[in-house]
Amino acid sequence: MHDVAAHAAHHAPPTSFIRKHVFSLDHKVIGKQYYALALVAAFVGMFLSWFMRIHLAWNDTAIPGLQLLSKTGAPGGVMTPEYYLQLMTMHGTIMVFFVLTTAPFAAFGNYFLPIQVGAEDMPFPHFNMMSFWVTFVAFLVLMSSFILGDGPTLGGWTQYAPLNAVGSVAGPGQGLGVVLWATSIGLFCVGQLLGSLNFITTTLDLRVKGMSLMRLPLTAWAWFITSCMGLTAFAVLMPACILVILDHVAGTSFFVASNLVINDQVQPHSGGSTLLWQHLFWFFGHPEVYIAIVPGLGIVSHILITNMRKPMLSHRTLIYSMGALAVLSYMVYGHHMFVSGMNPFSSLAFSFPTLVITIPSTIVVLVQVFSLYGSKLRINSASLFSLGFISMFVAGGVSGFFLAQPSIDIMLHATYFVVGHFHMVMGVAAMFGIFAGTYFWFPKMTGRMMNETLGKAHFWLSFVGAYCIFMPFHYLGLAGNVRRYSSFVDDFLQPLIPVHRFITVAALLTGAAQLIFLYNLIHSRFWGKLAPNDNPWEATSLEWSTATPPPFDNFGGKHPVVYHDPYQYGVQSSVGDYVMQTSPEQVKTESDEQ
Amino acid sequence: MSQADLTIGHSTTQTLGPAFSIPTKKFAMWLFIIADTMTFAACLVVYGFLRNGTPNWPRPFHSITNVAIMTFILLTSSLTMLIGLRSARAGDKGAAFRWTMITAALGIVFAFLHIREWLELIDHGMTLLKNPWGTGLFGASFFSITGLHLTHVTCGIIALLVVGVRYKGGRYNADDIEVLGLYWHFVDLVWMFVVPLVYLLNLAH
Repeated sequence: MHDVAAHAAHHAPPTSFIRKHVFSLDHKVIGKQYYALALVAAFVGMFLSWFMRIHLAWNDTAIPGLQLLSKTGAPGGVMTPEYYLQLMTMHGTIMVFFVLTTAPFAAFGNYFLPIQVGAEDMPFPHFNMMSFWVTFVAFLVLMSSFILGDGPTLGGWTQYAPLNAVGSVAGPGQGLGVVLWATSIGLFCVGQLLGSLNFITTTLDLRVKGMSLMRLPLTAWAWFITSCMGLTAFAVLMPACILVILDHVAGTSFFVASNLVINDQVQPHSGGSTLLWQHLFWFFGHPEVYIAIVPGLGIVSHILITNMRKPMLSHRTLIYSMGALAVLSYMVYGHHMFVSGMNPFSSLAFSFPTLVITIPSTIVVLVQVFSLYGSKLRINSASLFSLGFISMFVAGGVSGFFLAQPSIDIMLHATYFVVGHFHMVMGVAAMFGIFAGTYFWFPKMTGRMMNETLGKAHFWLSFVGAYCIFMPFHYLGLAGNVRRYSSFVDDFLQPLIPVHRFITVAALLTGAAQLIFLYNLIHSRFWGKLAPNDNPWEATSLEWSTATPPPFDNFGGKHPVVYHDPYQYGVQSSVGDYVMQTSPEQVKTESDEQ
Repeated sequence: MSQADLTIGHSTTQTLGPAFSIPTKKFAMWLFIIADTMTFAACLVVYGFLRNGTPNWPRPFHSITNVAIMTFILLTSSLTMLIGLRSARAGDKGAAFRWTMITAALGIVFAFLHIREWLELIDHGMTLLKNPWGTGLFGASFFSITGLHLTHVTCGIIALLVVGVRYKGGRYNADDIEVLGLYWHFVDLVWMFVVPLVYLLNLAH
């Protein structure tokens, strides 16, 4: 038992500033660090999208200050086509990796998973600390490509071969930019692998007495399922990134076919396969989509249940559906590759599970919607964003049915239809999940309430704005508007420019509405109304049973014991219409009465 | 050691305890092995994909003697690891330390033979980029896969030395030896995939 002393020693509450706030072992601090990183990354990504939208709508207009970012990329503030692609790549990479993965999974998961299972911390706090700092370094490496060499890579967040492997002959940023990109993402993989390891062991091993698996809240289940995906998906992207780096630095040709001619020059590389990269990337990439969205499904269900004052129609169905999403997500990755030139039979084989995966997604949404039916939903910023999540998930998901079929996807794949699809179903939906979680858990994290009026304004502007931006994308796609063009000079694209202008205006306004959120977040953190008590939403799960904000060891030396299923609402107890998981009180449930 | 050792001492009586009746450290090692399996699988899939798609794939190996000796040594090291663990479980600290060190020594011999083989191939003109027998991809995938494996062996040797010494000093116990053993057996198992796929398939006719 010698280990006890050692662990307890380095696990006592830290006193120095560095140990407390910077290199902290406390999962709550690490969660907040992840959140801060995601917040910064989200605004960087958003500004990039502003630049891109302005350029698409008003091609010759100078964007003041852009020339400071890159003299060659944006001479006089007007971006070159290459620089447009570079900004697009950074927008995608930052948003998918450093926002949609870090915020709902790493940030909220780190903060609340151990508390929700009743643990004092994760089992491997040092790994947890490394997980954040490796991710942070990964972000810095990615950002450094803005100033190093000839700018960031222009290959898109998918970094398709052979563009990613031939070097600077393929355009600005394809030399050093790609190496920095691959280094950054390789590091990111390491960070998330360490995180996933902690999440899985926390969920399975550190549950308090009485917390059986089915008594875990849906959020805990969602984070657990996500970490299972993270453990296997990031482990594939990491070697892929290393091979890309080898192609660059050592001169191998894993991803470059022989005798490739670029700019009338035969490339020295020979013999690899361009398709191979897509296989490796999408084997990671599709689970990654679910890594972004499944925590949102959990968070939104958790929040809706609390505000509906009744459990979901079926707790188990939601859990099994999320699990099915995770398993199926590995079998569908080829639907990203229908136009890649792989065997058409493969397309068929990947199309079928893609259609099957819509079943668990639909079940999740139907359970949520039918549970809402007839409930007296408490309207607040968190529940509004949860509804917005469902709306976006459905609206974006419906176009997935079209894209799942190779015959239609071949027409739509390279158009704005796909851009609209994934922005709604995993971008905006996951963002709304993050917002909902922020409004909901803010009082627990800080002890203060966020401003509800600003929150509701933020919701309605974002909700209407997101539809104004991304619905026309589908129309543009059907009209044949190609993706990744920096300007629309062809005759058939000219009439669509007014639509692009509308989208750009909507994007600028919706982006500006996010500043309301930022103001609300910062202002409420320091000057917001104090939370009335430890459980302002009258919720049942363990995070609401402890002090606000939770003490270093989460429960102040006490050991919660769990007596109830996670969502005992609509019951009659001494405190109201709910009974907390930790309350030993015997209650009469509605089902008892019937 | 139990779950108690991994969390703060005073809280542990209240936890449900580890799932699957195995300690958290061991469970974490299994999770690491799952992730690492994916990494190796990705590399082997890359190799298979390229090998199938390349007409002039070289078959440079003429003898299996060296790789057979290496395999024998690595398999033996798994056995010595097991004997070490059994001694540790039986409380025989001296024997457990001795067998752990023997395992590390076998690992060092394996690494030595492997590096010697690398140097021979490099001597014949094989690099990451080209080789005298056919497509340059052979060298790239050979050095990547065996390099990844050799990295694992090297990390394993260091871990064996550190854990062995600290076990002798009383800082680690039999459970730590077992967790390390899991890793070592995994490295061994991966080698059993590398040998047929990378060596035997590329034997000259």
